[in-house]
Amino acid sequence: MNAILEITPILEITNVTRRFAGLVAVNDVSFTLKQGEILGVIGPNGAGKTTLVSLISGTLPPTLGDIAFEGHSIVKLPAYQRARLGIGRTFQIMRPFPGLSVLDNVAVGALFGHGGGESELAKAREQAREQLRFVGLEKFSDQRADELGGPSRKRLELAKALAMQPKVLLCDEVMAGLNHVEIDEVIDVLKRVRERGISILVIEHVIKAIKSLSDRLLVLHHGEKIADGEPDTVLSNPQVVEAYLGRKRA
Amino acid sequence: MAETTLQEARATGSARLEWALVAIGIAALIAAPFFFYPVFLMKMLCFALFACAFNLLLGYTGLLSFGHATFFGGAAYFCAHAVKVWGWPPEAGILLGTAGAAVLGLVMGFFAIRRQGIYFAMITLALAQMFYFFCVQAPFTRGEDGIQGVPRGHLFGLLDLSQPHNIYYTVLGIFLIGVFAIWRIVNSPFGMILKSIRENESRAISLGYSVANYKLAAFVMSATLAGLAGATKALVFQFATLTDVTWQMSGEVILMTLLGGIGTMVGPIVGAGLVVTLQNTLATSGFPVTIATGLIFMVCVLVFRRGIVGEIYARLLTSVGTGKKE
Ligand SMILES: Nc1ncnc2c1ncn2[C@@H]1O[C@H](COP(=O)(O)OP(=O)(O)OP(=O)(O)O)[C@@H](O)[C@H]1O
Ligand SMILES: [Mg+2]
Repeated sequence: MNAILEITPILEITNVTRRFAGLVAVNDVSFTLKQGEILGVIGPNGAGKTTLVSLISGTLPPTLGDIAFEGHSIVKLPAYQRARLGIGRTFQIMRPFPGLSVLDNVAVGALFGHGGGESELAKAREQAREQLRFVGLEKFSDQRADELGGPSRKRLELAKALAMQPKVLLCDEVMAGLNHVEIDEVIDVLKRVRERGISILVIEHVIKAIKSLSDRLLVLHHGEKIADGEPDTVLSNPQVVEAYLGRKRA
Repeated sequence: MAETTLQEARATGSARLEWALVAIGIAALIAAPFFFYPVFLMKMLCFALFACAFNLLLGYTGLLSFGHATFFGGAAYFCAHAVKVWGWPPEAGILLGTAGAAVLGLVMGFFAIRRQGIYFAMITLALAQMFYFFCVQAPFTRGEDGIQGVPRGHLFGLLDLSQPHNIYYTVLGIFLIGVFAIWRIVNSPFGMILKSIRENESRAISLGYSVANYKLAAFVMSATLAGLAGATKALVFQFATLTDVTWQMSGEVILMTLLGGIGTMVGPIVGAGLVVTLQNTLATSGFPVTIATGLIFMVCVLVFRRGIVGEIYARLLTSVGTGKKE
């Protein structure tokens, strides 16, 4: 990949640990996400992947360690301020605004930075419509979000996060439960997102998908980073095979 | 493409119908004092505005306050005191009452918004009870007697508000301004963010909104408009008493809003109209009012879960089959 690699990484995670009452969900993890990079994060169930995303987005505070965004520490910032800086995320357990229309679900994300007038609302809706077109949900614009099926909700999660014009997108299993065709479509969407210059951290269980998508792979196991590097190298790493792939094959 | 144009046509069609209904409603309110007792109508308008203000918080932000009597009754005291004791003109009294309610809203909101659900309701109730006991003790409220014989005065020094029609149209004007303000808030970007907070708080945070600040702003706006209603009521009835700051009053506005339909513009107005009418009818019949309203409330909760107006909307929408209309 000849992605533009700048000197300051967009995200820098340094020795981050998160404990839950005795359980260490993320244990002393360090890595960077470069500008314009797609970093895949894999690991067995309970490895700490979602926790990691929550630590970066600010939903959870880390027990120890530092997280820097564009070279500045953000660990002390509340979640909403991190979002404003440009950290967008999707949720593994999908969280739409059920009573609002699909269009308005996305428009809420696009509203930030707009003034208070009603014309601003129209503009945000226009932007939202573009995002829906981008992820292929335009025909559902006027439906209520809770009327959408599972696969469409995954796309809605993406459109909402994209509407806030993030610099980094953290995707937590946006392909879970999708069929092959739908997975390919989402891969295509994410590649086009990266073409816009957005760096992506993507958590996924579907190895084939994440391999074709990621520039680099990071493997978590029991909260620890056990591998980080080229997808092919990482996937043939014996430790990874044992921890993750081995178990799946067994 | 054909689908969207059809939907748009439906949307503009229903928007036109709504405007027509609003116009009819306003015309009816203008004509009403020629057919009904003005004080009764004004009582309805004041409570309707109170319920609409309450609905801004419950229906559009998803926060159940059990302390809104503080703003309604507090504003009534401030307005009554300013007009009677300080001799302020009515418009200044209403303004003071409204501003006072805003300050009370800021204080109560500051303590309450950090809590969720039942804890939020309990904190608002506790603070409202504190304000109630303050009103029982404070000399300016004159305890059990309340502030009686508040002169209505002349609006802007011109309009004699002791004339029934003059005060009625003043109250109607205030009601319309208040409801229009709420309508604007609900349909603004700010209102959209409030609705998203109502629907899913943590999601709104992840989209970059400081939920606490938005909730506080909504709380203060709701309190302010509830205060506008309360201050106006003090001029209509020419007194301010403890009744308006009791927890029963906070309960009554919840009842009105739920009865009419939360999260709809018209619901609280219908709910308030119904409860006030009921109270007035039953007051002369000798049947205990609280039992009757309680029974009606139970029936409504069981039969129309979305409230009267909410239920009508739901029926219309399922028959038309388009998205939800706010
Ligand atoms: N809020 C919490 N309180 C207590 N324990 C938690 C909490 N969140 C996560 N955990 C625990 O932390 C560990 C890591 O969970 P996490 O959700 O991050 O895993 P994951 O890698 O995303 O798993 P999956 O593939 O199933 O999504 C698990 O053992 C989980 O039970
Ligand atoms: Mg997870």
